[in-house]
Amino acid sequence: MRVRVRYEKLGKIRFTSHRDTARHWERAVRKAGVAVSYSAGFTPRPRMSFGLALPTGAESVAEFLDIDLESLPENATDADALCPLFDSTLPPGYSATRVAEIPSGTASLQDAVVACTWHLDLVGVGTDDLAACTERVMSASSVMLERERKGQRSVDDVRPAILSLEAAPPTGGDGTRAGLVATLATTSRGLRPLELVAALLPALDPVDTTGRVLRTHQMIDVDGAIRELLPLDAVGARARTERG
Amino acid sequence: MSSLWERVEPLLARVNKPARYIGCEDGAITPRHGAGKVAWLLAYPDTYEIGLPNQGLQILYDILNERDDAVAERTYAPWSDLEALLRQRGVPLFSVDTHRAAGDFDLLAFNLSAELVYTNVLNMIDLAGVPVRSARRSAEDPLVVIGGHCAFNPEPLADFVDLVVLGEGEEVIGEITDVVRDWKASGRTAGSREGVLRALAQVPGVYVPALYDVEYDGPALRAVTPRYPDVPAVVSKRTIADLSAWPYPRRPLAPLTEVVHDRLAVEVFRGCTRGCRFCQAGMITRPVRERPAEQVRTMIANGLRATGYDEVSLTSLSTADFSGIEEVTASLAGCGTTVSLPSLRVDAFTVGLAGQVSGGRRSGLTFAPEAGSWRLRQVINKLITEEDLYGAVESAYSQGWHRMKLYFLTGLPTEADADTSGIVDLAANCVRIGRRHTNRASVTVSLGGFVPKPHTPFQWFGQNTTAELRRKVQLVRDAGQRAKGVQVKWHDPSATLAEGIASRGDRRIGAVLERVWRDGGVFQEWSEFFRLSRWEEAMAAEGLSVEWFVNRHRDEDEVLPWDHLSAGLHKDFLWLDWQEALAEHGLEDCRWTPCYDCGVCTGFGIEHVVASPVPPAGGSQGTGQDLARGGEVPVALISRRPAQAAEVPA
Repeated sequence: MRVRVRYEKLGKIRFTSHRDTARHWERAVRKAGVAVSYSAGFTPRPRMSFGLALPTGAESVAEFLDIDLESLPENATDADALCPLFDSTLPPGYSATRVAEIPSGTASLQDAVVACTWHLDLVGVGTDDLAACTERVMSASSVMLERERKGQRSVDDVRPAILSLEAAPPTGGDGTRAGLVATLATTSRGLRPLELVAALLPALDPVDTTGRVLRTHQMIDVDGAIRELLPLDAVGARARTERG
Repeated sequence: MSSLWERVEPLLARVNKPARYIGCEDGAITPRHGAGKVAWLLAYPDTYEIGLPNQGLQILYDILNERDDAVAERTYAPWSDLEALLRQRGVPLFSVDTHRAAGDFDLLAFNLSAELVYTNVLNMIDLAGVPVRSARRSAEDPLVVIGGHCAFNPEPLADFVDLVVLGEGEEVIGEITDVVRDWKASGRTAGSREGVLRALAQVPGVYVPALYDVEYDGPALRAVTPRYPDVPAVVSKRTIADLSAWPYPRRPLAPLTEVVHDRLAVEVFRGCTRGCRFCQAGMITRPVRERPAEQVRTMIANGLRATGYDEVSLTSLSTADFSGIEEVTASLAGCGTTVSLPSLRVDAFTVGLAGQVSGGRRSGLTFAPEAGSWRLRQVINKLITEEDLYGAVESAYSQGWHRMKLYFLTGLPTEADADTSGIVDLAANCVRIGRRHTNRASVTVSLGGFVPKPHTPFQWFGQNTTAELRRKVQLVRDAGQRAKGVQVKWHDPSATLAEGIASRGDRRIGAVLERVWRDGGVFQEWSEFFRLSRWEEAMAAEGLSVEWFVNRHRDEDEVLPWDHLSAGLHKDFLWLDWQEALAEHGLEDCRWTPCYDCGVCTGFGIEHVVASPVPPAGGSQGTGQDLARGGEVPVALISRRPAQAAEVPA
């Protein structure tokens, strides 16, 4: 059976890379004693596939991975029962918030996800200035940005990848920050949070300007409708409360 | 003490691999500091990736944190990008566990496993905001401690450190903690630093360089003598008698990011009596003390459960020599755990073992014949016959391996060009054997320049000049180009020279280290940071001769910079062994044959702890025993025979 896990990555652990995260999960699953399926060959690896990479340094409440299991643990009534098991073996900062069985043949995370929503805190930027920049970008028909991908510099129109931008309260800081909620496309060449900041505020250093980066949702396209992947419904919310 | 996290966090968005600086590993403790507790900061003077797996540091971290009166955290050398930001923003070196300032700890203790990290030690002391020279420190500053293999000649670092710990740390760190705890309780008043150092000098195994006067006679060293009657004239190393009493680390650290040796490590024995004459580790860690196989199995099971690793490395200086090796590997068969055996002995038995434990993986095998001819291998006492090597190689290729790596040293005592070019002949023969099994057979020769080390029979040998090493490397490279399937890799002879300066230097080398460091010479093990001219200019500026310190043969009666420090080996045993080397005489392993009275067992009243009274099956290397006789070899495990080195078989 295949399960899809939704999990959080918050706090210091955000400084680990996507590759590191895969290793954390491999070890956590082994420690938890969950009956995961292994690949064949001389170097059997647990069958797990990870979704879109989270940039090193970014946090998230909407990370996903798929795991192939031989079976659920004996006393588990449903897949969600795996959440506390994973939480007890994952490094601090991770928490599994939902586990759901998915039918075989479900599109992989890499293929299915079309957009992500990000909550960004911008340091040293006034709310009014940010509103003006947002307005400028949203009303523009194209936004050219020079960026580096795989060691190649190129100038791209990133406007099509910006699906929505909204002012929001910052999630942290001392009042010198402005918050922004952005939904960015991941397909085609996509747009990364730091690249968005560079496009919005070209005069500022994006690394200095960007405070917290939090991924809040990942979206899939279901027959033309954009829907959140594995939302935290009543079941998930209840599980979280009980653990908390 | 408070956390610097708020100041460190914003810097991490700007540096490479920030996961190196966050702690949070499996096995990391949540330290609880307090007024009555002695706070140790255990430091590894190289990157996190290299330092985290270090077992010595993990063992001490665990032992200290089990004490009620101590707390230990860890730190590693920050990479140059973070160092620049720390200096620019005035943020000091910090612990990775709770991001406390290094200067807030009572002791800053460095583990030294290689000489080229010495300038990183200076850099980290400075980054901690502590005066680099110990003479300028006051009661508020941490005590700077060094330990590890390089501490057996700490003289180049003598002016920068407060304490040197010789030998194994399991017991002595507790005794140091006791003294420092009392010092803290007395208020650490102004001027009390000298007093605590005098008290620490009374702890066996602790050397306080500032309490000794050094006299020179021109370029030569005349004497190193204690300045006070209560300070020992000779400091001897510490050794634990029973490894099974110390099943550490109990909580192995599993890092959050990729490191070298990224697997569980369980130490199966300590010490080695193979007697390889170039090998400092084998000389200074005697005698052999095995861990009971049952305890090894328990430590593996607990470690795998705690970390989630699926691979375990059985560590020691020669793991195939472990009496319980077959019992342990058999118990792991079929459970999905991969076993790795570092430092493979060169024989077919060992390869068979490697085949059993690798679960079908054939990633590559590494052997260390060290020298290209049987003559030279007798000189260095690495008693591998060509038959051993070819048997091992045949066994490996027939079991599906197709890549071998062979380690060699060049610049060894008595090495002639025939020995040097013999390296490629051996490698080419290995390829020839391999081609009978697979067309892909290839052998990589890895060539390192030999640096004579203190407390070994080769401590009197004049290191080859850089030009001579370059010439020998070129010989091997040229021959390698003509040999099919042989690739040659080599270490930079320039770095070998710098290592030589630090390896056998005396206190005058301290000023050289300081110059190299102030000139930006950190991370000297990393080729992108290494520049030999820095070292040569620093030697010249201090009026010191590279030839004198590195390339000169020493005389029997010369005072060596480490003569007041003892690893338990009699100096006359080492000299005799040096003469045996020059006479091309090998020496058998004293674990299974009579005692040569090197001095360690008798001097410390300890014994080899070896579960099996016979050499391991099929193993010939260094035992000098006839394989066919196998288990019949009569063995006196502990012999008290006096020195009989003259009797060694030719």
